[in-house]
Amino acid sequence: MIDTLRLTAEGAKDLLERKEISGAELFAAYRAAIGERDEELHCFLHVCDDPGGDGLPIAVKDVIGTKGIPTTAGSKILEGYIPVYDSTVVARLKEHGLRILGKTNTDEFAMGSSTENSAFGPSHNPWDPSRVPGGSGGGSAAAVSAGMAPWALGSDTGGSIKQPSALCGNVGLRPTYGTVSRYGVVAFASSLDQVGPVARNVRDCAFLYSILAGRDPCDSTTVELPRPVELPTAEDVKGLRIGVPKELNEAEGIEPGVSAAVQAAIAKLEELGAEVAECSLPLSVEYGVACYYLIAPAEASSNLARYDGVRYGYRAAAEERLEMYERTRSEGFGDEPKRRIMVGTYALSAGYYDAYYGQAQKVRTVIKREHDALFETFDALVSPTSPTVAFPLGARTADPIAMYLCDLLTIPSCMAGLPGLNVPCGLSEGLPVGLQLVGPQFGENTLFRIGHALEQALGFDVVPERLR
Amino acid sequence: MASSEWELVCGLEVHVHLKTRTKMFCRCALEYGAAENTHTCPICLAHPGALPVPNGRAIEMTILLGLALDCEIADRAVFARKNYFYPDLPKGYQISQYEAPLCGPGRFKLPDGYEVGIVRAHLEEDAAKTVHAGGATGRSVGADYSLVDFNRGGTPLLEIVGAPDLRTPEQAVWFLRHLRQRIVDLGISDAEMEKGTLRADVNVSVRRRGEEGFRPRWEIKNMNSFTFIGRAIAAAFEEQKKAHEAGEEVVQSTYDYEPDTDRLTVHRSKEEADDYRYFPEPDLVPVEPPAELVERLKHELPESHVERIVRIAGELPPDTALALAEELVMTGNDWKAVALNKEGVEFMPAAAIAMNRGDFLLENAPALAKIVEANVTREALDEAFAAAASGPIDAADYLAQAAVADESELRPIIDAVIAANPEQVETYRGGKEGVLGFLVGQVMRESGGKADPRVVNRLLAERLRQE
Repeated sequence: MIDTLRLTAEGAKDLLERKEISGAELFAAYRAAIGERDEELHCFLHVCDDPGGDGLPIAVKDVIGTKGIPTTAGSKILEGYIPVYDSTVVARLKEHGLRILGKTNTDEFAMGSSTENSAFGPSHNPWDPSRVPGGSGGGSAAAVSAGMAPWALGSDTGGSIKQPSALCGNVGLRPTYGTVSRYGVVAFASSLDQVGPVARNVRDCAFLYSILAGRDPCDSTTVELPRPVELPTAEDVKGLRIGVPKELNEAEGIEPGVSAAVQAAIAKLEELGAEVAECSLPLSVEYGVACYYLIAPAEASSNLARYDGVRYGYRAAAEERLEMYERTRSEGFGDEPKRRIMVGTYALSAGYYDAYYGQAQKVRTVIKREHDALFETFDALVSPTSPTVAFPLGARTADPIAMYLCDLLTIPSCMAGLPGLNVPCGLSEGLPVGLQLVGPQFGENTLFRIGHALEQALGFDVVPERLR
Repeated sequence: MASSEWELVCGLEVHVHLKTRTKMFCRCALEYGAAENTHTCPICLAHPGALPVPNGRAIEMTILLGLALDCEIADRAVFARKNYFYPDLPKGYQISQYEAPLCGPGRFKLPDGYEVGIVRAHLEEDAAKTVHAGGATGRSVGADYSLVDFNRGGTPLLEIVGAPDLRTPEQAVWFLRHLRQRIVDLGISDAEMEKGTLRADVNVSVRRRGEEGFRPRWEIKNMNSFTFIGRAIAAAFEEQKKAHEAGEEVVQSTYDYEPDTDRLTVHRSKEEADDYRYFPEPDLVPVEPPAELVERLKHELPESHVERIVRIAGELPPDTALALAEELVMTGNDWKAVALNKEGVEFMPAAAIAMNRGDFLLENAPALAKIVEANVTREALDEAFAAAASGPIDAADYLAQAAVADESELRPIIDAVIAANPEQVETYRGGKEGVLGFLVGQVMRESGGKADPRVVNRLLAERLRQE
């Protein structure tokens, strides 16, 4: 009997290598878990048949293109679209023998923090199905926590890997911008989008990252990793200097339970040998969200222009071209992409560009510099990942600004292009609290080391209580 | 006020398809005339997630052109997105260069030494081709349906923006011909208008001679020959002069030239307003050409044909030197001039070659030189050159047929032609000097082909200027 709720990817790999189980048995076990729980949790938009082979199964967020497997990005406008090519990350998974279990739910075009913007209905949090799993990658995060996949791919623009991992209680990495190829990944905001791993523990997360990372000739913005990925083994963090940015730890709206769990984890890091000191990111936190909500929609307004009904995807019936465009896009896109297309179009318009998009790019440089300066002193920064634990479905859908503030703590480092790791660090009101570790450019190994040590020391049980 | 006080202010925007093997941002082959939609891929069809990868050879070709035009080569060029919706633009934006083009200000010297400024040259991708089917007009309005051929979509396109330094339609066409020649010699494009690998948009305004600044301009698009470009500029020049003189407002707008009627019509614009929402292309990193590359390309630059013209002209009789040298070089016959020079033959035969007489045996050069110098009739020249291609000729056989250059013999014929063609004369006097050719032709016909066209030209022009 394979316990998919507890089995790590590393553990599964061992079982396969020792031939204690077959690839087919393993795949079937996860398919069975999906069959058992996905009706309630709705993590998958598409489930695949076993393609054969002896590799590990993996779930893939539905913004990531998979040849021959529907890829909708959670949007009606791409309903029924089947890519003719694999994204580079999926090609790399296949090179490593990994087998795709299915495509996971996402807010439409990865725009959202709860999966409630998916055109195909929301996913549910495995800890409490009346609550959201976070977003946009709520499907991947919830699938991993609910034992429906050993690990998964997510994508992160302003927090779409880290925040759902925090709300579902697992480990998610948003990599350094440029280390993972975006080729074949449905674009939201090109200068921010990064694919990354979601896993049950830090070592699995690091291993999956090692498969994904590296320069891709098909994505001009990628680079080779300066150092190979190291799977963490150390149980201490001696000699590491960890900064606690006060704006990220004392921001308005952070729930006391979240704050308490994070404080306790920081104390634990000190016990493990880290030098911990307070620091400050005043401009990044004050302007991060505003800046993000100009740059990301601006790029999105252009990236989403290709969904015009001409070549693929949804097309509304119409008498002539303009009517076809208008009806296709107004029927095919949901409210959130429309909102962002409008904001972004405005921000790029003649006469407004300098005041909005141009200014936001300048602020982005300031945010990057502010972070760089801290990394002269610190090896990593620590804060809560999300100000709150998972909130009830529907609680924020009426108020876009409240929804945007879910990413208040994750956005600044995304704007700076820096890596961030979510590690579960405790419970508040019976729901997981996530700790965010942010590193300098290419600082993933340090984040893995700290995350692993903390994980060992805290002994957090990643299996949702109600499923144990 | 007399119309002669108006001067033309004209600048060209020239687009050329670069002769790379593959497209600008994907590795689809470029093949003119291939079956529709056979050279496409997820990138040039803008499938979700596809990303552009720039064609390094296209970047090199652009730098090569920049060097040939004395442009500043940017240390850091940035691709930008130009956003608009059209079915032939699959991404909903064209990747172009906006604030930071690869090639900055430069200049292009014409054979007479006149310098035309180059504002910039940048690299972009061409759109696909839309074909409107059915309906009465063959245009999108009223068509039953439209089809898109994406083979052309993503072709590397070089845009050269010329300064508004051109002062006559002839000069504009002259500039375009020489720019085209330079581009062809660089080996970066076939630059053939018929195939659409060379396209030119024209900006025209007028102003009073001596006036500073610019008046509103017209942009004229969709012309597919040098002749039409010249005519379109002339037509715009005339219309704007008239409008200004009548005190009418000239509004900045875009026109199409209709060659059938020799008229300009307001371009049926795409319905969207012209706000392209340019912003730096986040899928690409800036292009930073290494100094070594620029150095290497400098060494690859072939000699400028304009310099060759100037050099050859220096060895020709001064009154016709430039025209002859230009004709020789532009028809690819300058090698003959060089060969003849080695034979110790005077350059006059070059004049004949320049008339596109084709090949002749080199040994006939001295005889041909004599025949051409003697100003024989056109028939005699034809005969001489035809014979000179296959065997030795004797100049004496042709010299008897001298062309009529005697002005007293030609004047009555000219008067008769003028009297018989009042309409053309009026057109000429109205400023359309192109009809002179027609009138010269009439005189030549009346003279039985015996008149010396150069003399006829001069006499006719003089005569027409008299009221």
